[in-house]
Amino acid sequence: MSAPLLEMKGVVKEFPGVRALDGVDLDVAAGEVHCLLGQNGAGKSTLIKVLAGAHQPDAGHIAWEGEAVTLPTPTAAMRHGIATIYQELDLADGLTVAENIYLGHEQARLGFTQRSRMHSAARELLKRLGHPEIPVSREVGDLSAAGKQIVSMARALSHRARLIIMDEPSAVLAHDEVDNLFRVIADLTADGVAVVYISHRLEEIRRIGDRVTVLKDGRTVARGLPARTTPTSDLVALMTGRTVEYVFPPRPERAGPDERPVLLEVAGLSRPGEFQDVSFSVRAGEIVGLAGLVGSGRSEVLETVYGARRPAAGQVRVDGSPLRPGSVTAAVRAGLGLAPEERKSQALFMLSSIARNVSMSSLRRFSRAGFVDTRAELAATGEAVRSLDLRPPDPTRPVRTLSGGNQQKAVVARWLLSDCRLLLLDEPTRGVDVGARAELYTLIRRLADSGVGVLLVSSEVPEVLGLADRVLVLREGRVVREADAPDLDESQVLDLVMEGSAET
Amino acid sequence: MSQQTRPPDGSGPGTAAGGTDVPEAGTARRSGATAGRSALGRVGKVRNLGLIAVLTLLCVIGAVSSDNFATRQNILVILTSAAVIGVITVGQTFVIIGGGIDLSVGAIVALASVWCTTVATQDYGFGGMVFCALVVGAVVGLVNGLVIAYGRVVAFITTIAMMATARGLAERISDRQSQVVTVDSFNSIASTRWLGVPVLVYILAAAVLLGWVLLNRTTFGRRTFAIGGNQEAARLAGLDVRRHTVLLYVLSGLCCGIAAVMLTARTTSGASNLGDLYELDSIASVIIGGTLLTGGRGSLVGSILGVLVFTTITNIFVLNNLTTDIQQIAKGLIILAAVLIQRRGNTPSTA
Repeated sequence: MSAPLLEMKGVVKEFPGVRALDGVDLDVAAGEVHCLLGQNGAGKSTLIKVLAGAHQPDAGHIAWEGEAVTLPTPTAAMRHGIATIYQELDLADGLTVAENIYLGHEQARLGFTQRSRMHSAARELLKRLGHPEIPVSREVGDLSAAGKQIVSMARALSHRARLIIMDEPSAVLAHDEVDNLFRVIADLTADGVAVVYISHRLEEIRRIGDRVTVLKDGRTVARGLPARTTPTSDLVALMTGRTVEYVFPPRPERAGPDERPVLLEVAGLSRPGEFQDVSFSVRAGEIVGLAGLVGSGRSEVLETVYGARRPAAGQVRVDGSPLRPGSVTAAVRAGLGLAPEERKSQALFMLSSIARNVSMSSLRRFSRAGFVDTRAELAATGEAVRSLDLRPPDPTRPVRTLSGGNQQKAVVARWLLSDCRLLLLDEPTRGVDVGARAELYTLIRRLADSGVGVLLVSSEVPEVLGLADRVLVLREGRVVREADAPDLDESQVLDLVMEGSAET
Repeated sequence: MSQQTRPPDGSGPGTAAGGTDVPEAGTARRSGATAGRSALGRVGKVRNLGLIAVLTLLCVIGAVSSDNFATRQNILVILTSAAVIGVITVGQTFVIIGGGIDLSVGAIVALASVWCTTVATQDYGFGGMVFCALVVGAVVGLVNGLVIAYGRVVAFITTIAMMATARGLAERISDRQSQVVTVDSFNSIASTRWLGVPVLVYILAAAVLLGWVLLNRTTFGRRTFAIGGNQEAARLAGLDVRRHTVLLYVLSGLCCGIAAVMLTARTTSGASNLGDLYELDSIASVIIGGTLLTGGRGSLVGSILGVLVFTTITNIFVLNNLTTDIQQIAKGLIILAAVLIQRRGNTPSTA
């Protein structure tokens, strides 16, 4: 085999107090999909930034087509043909598709942009990516997450990228959109472009990956394993030192009719264009799952129950009494709590400490006549944090230094402290690594066993089936099936979820 | 990252009993895991220290350049001239930490001043005039808040519209004439001294003290930081964001009403041109005081130090008979330098 397209050897990157990369080896061949696997904090993001020219390594070698190179700036990386598609897509929402694709290297003559040339070139790139339907003069802000991703990729191609790094591209996509992404990746690699693909989802790596490199604690622990044949247990063991993947806690045994009190009753809830006539109930101690594709209305149902959206029709009752529609404050007072889908933008105060984040919904408990008793606050938040095994268990730490799984625990801790009786979880394990997921599952079950009702939304069907007691399947805003979780299997649910949308 | 920063065996120091009153302060104590974190933690403290250093430097310059600077009399002159803008800046600090901005403060001062000095109002005497100024300030703030929170108009636009409207209304009421205050007890607010210190300085001290307690020790203050830091998260955590936003602008308006009383008493007349450009002075003080213009982080002490820096500069220029143009240039450069320092502290390298 000739020299690989990219080779990294012994790359080290230190930040004050932390060795983020501690000897990373990676080689990528032209035309392959090389998957990068590792828990949050393993050093994937830092590695990407080194490759993108955003960080300078402190030691180690990088070779491009067999020749040693340095990547002092993002522009230098770009010139070699390395493009990065970040998780938070770095597009300008107010500019058009074509303007975004050519941002920074506009087709211009004498300082005037050449619109028509740019448009036709952009159209060409989108066609190559299998998306000729995206209008090049549309503002990017109007596009879906999937559309934006395509635009990002078009931008990479416009730089004649030969290595494209994709940081969890599927995290923002629905099922069918992921299929499309994979088709695009297959086309790109057929043209000799190499892709470095980062994902938490092992099944994706199986589908499109050629080789896998595993990082742990800033080191390469396995390099270039065959993606399709390496046993899952081996990969998980490499990443975590453990040998389990999805472990769901057992459901409590229950004999006879369920006589636990009904906490939540939703009757005939509708919002035009989002969901129609949704009815269900949640008992104390029960975990009810909502399964469905993105756009099936599952998150919207959750947010409407919570009062963050106002229903057009229908009623939400808590403990038998109707909840004031469209008022989050009323919902929280009634004992509801939401762990929203976008932790950072919807749940956390990134400038504040863990304690202040956790106490936000129960300040009343720590205050007398409006004055906050910070000592009581620290004691209570510290206890909540420890009971959830949040790490590090120090409530004075800034919340932004926590990993994804621990940030999720901080959100759950907030509701634990507010004596929440009905917890609404929207994609609780998104961006959470495999090891921490199992911990969250156990935690959710433990909360339910203590009498909390849980309403769970997840786009991962195994998660809904493994964790919930009862499952509602939503398709195009309607409940198409309600059943006890053990009575359903994954393929049944996927059929239900996709039927209909496959026909049209 | 979490793996590396985890304390051994995960049992961390029990800080619950420790004297960390302000959780944010915890950031600075730890030897940071990333450059960004420790830098951010330090900024709050270093910034105040930096402002104190600047203020000290200014005092040295003042003392060297003029024999009259370091006198008891002159110090009281500085504090007195800081009093009006200082009270306004207390309100402005709350609004900016809460994620907003109030461009109408100067105009509110003018309107409250004019309204409380009309012949009809002066008939009610001292109490009536003070009451009128405070109510006018609070009501204008209420209108700002309602339009911003419930009408969903951006704060910048709402308050710039109010700036024009309130100033215009003040001109209309006063017919652009200054309205001499004939109520002596009202004017004596500015001339009275307790223990040799002007009452105006006591009012400033009280406003700062109450403001500090409100911001740092109460649920109101906590929510202000939360709403400014992440409005959507605050809403989904069950906070009544809109009501709180209204209260922030009412608070700012009320501070303007108090400032109007102080300023009117000092000039012994109400006029529609009072408080001109106070919005910029107060915002500049808040910014050099280390408060993020985007909200969520800030310090009232910093804001007041900012006010003192500006008033001291003015004082030094006046004592040395220097022209105001150089003074403006100096102010401008200080604002710019402060913001540049602030930006350096606030862009952590996201490791």
